[in-house]
Amino acid sequence: MTPIFIVNAFGLMLLAILIALILNGVERKVVARMQSRIGPPILQPIIDIKKLLMKENIVPETAVKWVFNTMPFVAISTALVFFLYVPFAGQNALLKNQGDLILVLYLLVIPPLALAIGGFASGSNFASIGAQRELVLMLSYEFVLATIVFSLSWLYSVTTPNMPVFSVDLEARPSPWLIVGPFGTVGILLLLITSLAVMPAKAGKLPHDMSEAKTEIADGALAEYSGLNLALLYITQALRTFGFATFIVFLFFPCNIEQFFGFDPFFLPIFNFFFFLAKVFAVMFCSVFIVSAVTARFRIDQASAFYIFTIFTISLFGLLLLILDFFIGGQLYALFG
Amino acid sequence: MKRVHQNLPKISTMVKRMADNEKKVNIPIGPIHPALKEPVQIEVSVSGERVTDVNITLGHVHRGIEWVGTRRNPIQTLYIAERVCGICNICHPMAFCIAIENAANIAVPERAEYLRTIFAELERIHSHLLFLGVAAHEMGFDSILHYTWLTREKVLDVVEMLTGNRITKGIMMIGGVRRDISDSQAEKIRAAMDYYEKVYGKMCNIFLDDKTIKMRTRDIGFLSKKDALRFCAVGPTARASGVKKDIRQDYPYAAYPDIDIEALTPEFLLKETRGDVYDRVVMRAIEIKQSIDIVRECLKEMPSGPIVSEPVLQKLLFNLKQVQGEGVALVEAPRGELIHYIKMEKADAPSSWKIRAPTYANLHVLRTMLIGSELADVPVIVASIDPCMSCANRAIIADKGALLYQEKLRELCIGKTRRLRGATK
Repeated sequence: MTPIFIVNAFGLMLLAILIALILNGVERKVVARMQSRIGPPILQPIIDIKKLLMKENIVPETAVKWVFNTMPFVAISTALVFFLYVPFAGQNALLKNQGDLILVLYLLVIPPLALAIGGFASGSNFASIGAQRELVLMLSYEFVLATIVFSLSWLYSVTTPNMPVFSVDLEARPSPWLIVGPFGTVGILLLLITSLAVMPAKAGKLPHDMSEAKTEIADGALAEYSGLNLALLYITQALRTFGFATFIVFLFFPCNIEQFFGFDPFFLPIFNFFFFLAKVFAVMFCSVFIVSAVTARFRIDQASAFYIFTIFTISLFGLLLLILDFFIGGQLYALFG
Repeated sequence: MKRVHQNLPKISTMVKRMADNEKKVNIPIGPIHPALKEPVQIEVSVSGERVTDVNITLGHVHRGIEWVGTRRNPIQTLYIAERVCGICNICHPMAFCIAIENAANIAVPERAEYLRTIFAELERIHSHLLFLGVAAHEMGFDSILHYTWLTREKVLDVVEMLTGNRITKGIMMIGGVRRDISDSQAEKIRAAMDYYEKVYGKMCNIFLDDKTIKMRTRDIGFLSKKDALRFCAVGPTARASGVKKDIRQDYPYAAYPDIDIEALTPEFLLKETRGDVYDRVVMRAIEIKQSIDIVRECLKEMPSGPIVSEPVLQKLLFNLKQVQGEGVALVEAPRGELIHYIKMEKADAPSSWKIRAPTYANLHVLRTMLIGSELADVPVIVASIDPCMSCANRAIIADKGALLYQEKLRELCIGKTRRLRGATK
């Protein structure tokens, strides 16, 4: 815990918050343009946060107060700590040697869990229902997420012998597309599709925003939050979207730009940073922007069935193709020259 | 830290609360709720996510309009009738006019009848487009909300061109209408109808093919044909359940007797009528098409001639003052059958005025639709009857069960104003 580390960590967290909020603003703008609206300014989320921080923090009388007030902090701190373990902007994670993918998976779970607990603690019926839906949704998609992570880890364990398979070290991790044959490529593509399908639920966006459905349960678990607490949860929501996009980028597109073009080493971090942003934007564009403009909200039973049956089956197919590629792929390819 | 420790035991409350969630919970939807566009209280009992009971309380937007109407002369009241509702502001004054005309035996010129029909159908188009947007918004599909409301601008522009106003049009007059449609205006209406023909095609594509819309609206909020007849549902709500019921067909008024009009059911576009939310949504889209055809036919067949039977208002008022009798008007509003009753007793003002809005009839079926459905579907189902609360609110019930009518409300209002003014002094 050197001072340099602390400064770096804080700088990274602030940068993550800033990028997450701006991406949220970009999302609102892009979706608005898709709906032939003008949309808010791109910095609107930051203005909103500024406004919320000035507002009174109201705690309902029926709430379990300490849980209600603690959960926003738990949510935002875990959402921020996540960025210390995942490679960010083409640089290795600050705590790459202390954590692994399993830890990262858990860190991804805690913010929605904290939101749900806060919702239960608020004592509002709307919030309770929102929290229940959040938990049911989480149970449905977490299994898919685990399948994706374990499939890729298995792939590394068989193809790259000396690599710690759950490592979050960027250098030790080759791009998954480069170490498989044609079958494996399709398999990884399926896994990518499933992870993009998990994205809206992870981010709480349409069509899986039933846990905060405005027209049904009046913002669900967020219903009773206001002021500072709401500002924290608002940032957490933005961080969840950005964080999971970072995670997908890390799993599927870990390459940096120097592998494609040569650059002056001095400017390389800057180019890598923008390359990373472009990748994150591409992931968010495919999985959040377009999807939220062309779908209606699912019911919780439909969303649950969607993940448990459809998406889970697709991810199993992906794993199956990876296994096929490793065991008989070599012989097959030899057969066809 | 001390505070946290003191509060710690309360976590048991929270655990208990989580455990209790399987039991019945009352969810108040309204009077103010993001899903509702107008205040109404729908108290839903849910067990888990399933609705077990529904209780509807009306009266939050009661303004005592009928009382006001019986204290002014009919021409003044005409403008109040227009303000019963922000959306149905052709059908209310039209029903009011027809009721007075029936009571006073005033014959309306033929051209005025056609003009009234055109305005009524333009209103239906805009009301149904508004409904389609709201329904999509309730299921979270905001892209369609923005698309339908964008296309709705066109009909509002046409209405503004014809009457001078987008919403409160001020076009109806007892014995006719106040403004004529010129040839160049008729041309613009035709162009708008061509535009809506295209919009209708696109709407059909959206609502018939989109999977997520079907997921959210198919097979929820059932209203069987039997129940629709039993609870006297009206308008598109009844027609979507297969009841071929339409005032324009059954008791034609204005120019509808001249036009071949038939009550449509969802079978016009779909294979079968199920009476679910999807049918009710598609029903509205179908009626947009019907309205387009009616407007076109009216423009084609419209005879020339005067547009109002008595252009001099003083003379009209004098004549109305001599009237002794009753009049009832039945009008097919965008939401269904609208009834106005007027009683005139040789006085300045009508001695009685009663409005029965379509939403009042349709609210009774809401309970049947809601019980057994999922909580997530409640807003979509409520929106599917296109409730219009300001139309339906005719009386207010206070906490203790006492009825508050206009006199008492006025007293309370004056008292409050006096209190406020006293406070500022």
